Amino acid sequence: MDSILFIIAAIASIGCGLNLVLQKHPISSALSLIGVMSSVALLYLLLGAEFIAMAQMIVYGGAVMVLFIFVIMLLNAGTEKRSDKSLFAQIAGFPLLAVLVVLISFLIRETFATTASDVKFGSWVGGTAEAIGTRLFTKFLLPFEVISVLILIAILGAVVLARKEID
Amino acid sequence: MIDHIPFVWYLTLSAVLFGLGVAGFIYRKSVITVFMSIELMLNAVNLSFVTFSYQNKNIDGHIYSFFVMVVAAAEAAVGLAIILTIFKNRGTLQIDEVDSMKL
Amino acid sequence: MNLWLIPLCPLLGFLLNGLLGKRLPKSVINIIAIGSVAASFGFVLFLLSQIYPIDKTVSKQYFTWIQSGWLKIGFDLAVDRLTAVMLLVVAGVGLLIHLYSVGYMAHEEGYGRFFAFLNLFMFFMLLLVLASNLLLVFVGWEGVGLCSYLLVGFYFKEKYACDAANKAFIVNRIGDFGFSLGIFLLVVHFRTLEFSAMEAAVKDMPVETSFGWLGLITLLLFVGACGKSAQLPLYVWLPDAMAGPTPVSALIHAATMVTAGVYMVARVSFLYDHAPIAMHVVALVGLATAVFAATIGLAQNDIKKVFAYSTVSQLGYMFLGVGLGAYSAGIFHLMTHAFFKALLFLGAGSVIHGLNGEQDLRHMGGLRKAMPVTFITLGIASLAISGVPGFSGFFSKDAILAAAYESTPWMFWTAAATAGLTAFYVFRAYFLTFFGKYRGHHHPHESPFVMTFPLMVLALLSLGGGFLSVPNWLAPMFPIADHESLQPMIISAAFGIGGILLATLMYVASPSLSDSVKSAAGPIYTLLLNKYYVDELYSATIVKPLNALSRTVLWRGVDEAFIDSGLVNGLGKGLQAIGSVLRRWQSGSTRNYATWILAGSLLLIFVLGLATGGAR
Repeated sequence: MDSILFIIAAIASIGCGLNLVLQKHPISSALSLIGVMSSVALLYLLLGAEFIAMAQMIVYGGAVMVLFIFVIMLLNAGTEKRSDKSLFAQIAGFPLLAVLVVLISFLIRETFATTASDVKFGSWVGGTAEAIGTRLFTKFLLPFEVISVLILIAILGAVVLARKEID
Repeated sequence: MIDHIPFVWYLTLSAVLFGLGVAGFIYRKSVITVFMSIELMLNAVNLSFVTFSYQNKNIDGHIYSFFVMVVAAAEAAVGLAIILTIFKNRGTLQIDEVDSMKL
Repeated sequence: MNLWLIPLCPLLGFLLNGLLGKRLPKSVINIIAIGSVAASFGFVLFLLSQIYPIDKTVSKQYFTWIQSGWLKIGFDLAVDRLTAVMLLVVAGVGLLIHLYSVGYMAHEEGYGRFFAFLNLFMFFMLLLVLASNLLLVFVGWEGVGLCSYLLVGFYFKEKYACDAANKAFIVNRIGDFGFSLGIFLLVVHFRTLEFSAMEAAVKDMPVETSFGWLGLITLLLFVGACGKSAQLPLYVWLPDAMAGPTPVSALIHAATMVTAGVYMVARVSFLYDHAPIAMHVVALVGLATAVFAATIGLAQNDIKKVFAYSTVSQLGYMFLGVGLGAYSAGIFHLMTHAFFKALLFLGAGSVIHGLNGEQDLRHMGGLRKAMPVTFITLGIASLAISGVPGFSGFFSKDAILAAAYESTPWMFWTAAATAGLTAFYVFRAYFLTFFGKYRGHHHPHESPFVMTFPLMVLALLSLGGGFLSVPNWLAPMFPIADHESLQPMIISAAFGIGGILLATLMYVASPSLSDSVKSAAGPIYTLLLNKYYVDELYSATIVKPLNALSRTVLWRGVDEAFIDSGLVNGLGKGLQAIGSVLRRWQSGSTRNYATWILAGSLLLIFVLGLATGGAR
């Protein structure tokens, strides 16, 4: 059962990813990204990370993507035009990319050839909110506080950058 | 059908998604789409964090992933504010036309 | 005994007169200048009275100048019998000439500067004489060369004076190059430059029968002496150095600086004793120079040039003496020559001063009534230089000629004949100046007492100086051989008196004889008058090619094309080119940047993951 789910989620995520890259209009890309996030959330569930899956849906799908769509609507971003600048990127991008993916896959293969095991849904139930909360407030307390300050700064920054000039 | 997925496949999926994110970054011309490709890359990395966390039966990976998410959200907020400013100042959303920092 | 006081006094005089001279009145300058040299002379007398008789060398180490590995050179002064002779000559004659200069330079501008440089010269010369290692001698050597340049070019607003000063310094430098090489070789072989240490080390070495290290070293040192003491082929600067004021010619180019070469050879006599080939070269060069310069002196018309060539010739005699091993004879002649040559020059200066600057013999004549003191004193000097028995020059020249007679007869005959030539040209100048009818346009007058007093003192010394037997005094250092026969004395006296008689015949008795001889000699006369065209030869073979080389190859080729355009500008252009190529990387295009980041990170992953086996 989990293998089927995996395959569905994998195909969905790759397909939405391709869509994101290949579409012309930003709004289509945004919607594809939502699709990617959802399939990745499903994958998280398969891996037993229930809290992270929920966080993914709420934070990414519910907040970040909405923000993206707001901005796209606000700016009335249109379809992309052709551009003949950045020749190096257009020419060398794809080969380098291919090499990157192949290289990483190869490395993964080599490193985990012997220690590979199977993922069984339900074989690990340690990703509960309680576990994460405990860990967050004991071992990762300092980063937690720092992150809070970071968010505060981000809010302030966004407000300052995006406001209208009051004449 | 195969019963259980080898966890190496999760990692490979993560790599592919990452590659797609990089492709979007390099080949898309609208600033917002480039930004979305960054989000895609971050998601791919989160996936690999969670996979390793499953592998080592250690919840620290989830915590890292959590932090990445938080930072990504903050970054999205600020980044979109910057995009708004660019649009206000340049009137365009094509990256290729925002190239005044050159020699 | 504070040896350092002796050179210090003139140094103080130099500093005071040099820094404040423009603002001080003449009387104060005089007091400082003459006072410092007098103080120095006083210290010399005091010192010598303390350590008389100087049976062993008195030396003082003051501070370590160079300490580098095994080489240790200190600022050490020493006094032995040779030094004592030199000190008396330098300080004594120097004092007299300072006194004379008060009168001679009375109307010149730059009065303070003159005395400052003169004092500086005294400092360096005293340092040269007192030094107890060869490097300190070299310091004094260079210093007197510098002062010679400064004083020859004293009338620096005239081009000929500046040219003469340059020539003096540059030709001296050529000699100094040889001297330096000699010093380097000495350091390599003896690991020290102290005279006493070198002498002790050389005692155990065999006398060289063929040309070896000592021969090379002594020859190189002699090259330096050739430059400083104006021997062939580096004598050309001395006649031109007459462009300086006459007291300078007297002090530097007659009595003291040019004798530094002879002093140096006598100082390192222990080296020369072990290199007979080099000694032979010294003697030959000395003799050749003596003859050469004497022949040129026959035809010169400027009174100072006659005496200049005479100086070159007499220096040749001194080198003949030391080259034959008769070191004390050479030093003896150095001393007597200082007396009568300084007197000759000062007397000539008195004549020039009385004639308001006239130097050409053809415009003088019949001055014996107008300048009696100068007439008498110059006569005494001329008799001394001609080797007339009883005068100082006779004894010293005879010492050298006797040594030649004993060892190499052909040298004796040549030297004796040259003595005849010397007598002839000196008396030619003397008769042309003081006898006959006055051929000029000025009003000749006698010089003031401050100028005639030194003349009288020097005349006394020229008369009686021969009886101060320097060879006996120096006998512990340079053993003298007994002379058996009186023959050399008689022959040399005969040549000298014969020269005087010939000059009397040609210039007093029948003056037209000289003109007929001149026209009969024709081309030979022209050759002598033009100094054998040596200066023109040097100019054509050395100076002009060097100038051309500098201008075309070194300036245009190397400096402008290679260094300026090629290296400096080329470096700039190259960097600009590289920069303009690399600049394109900063294109401003974010996508390109991202691609480059991707490429870089791929490289990193490859290196870390695969190449070094990091993944395992």
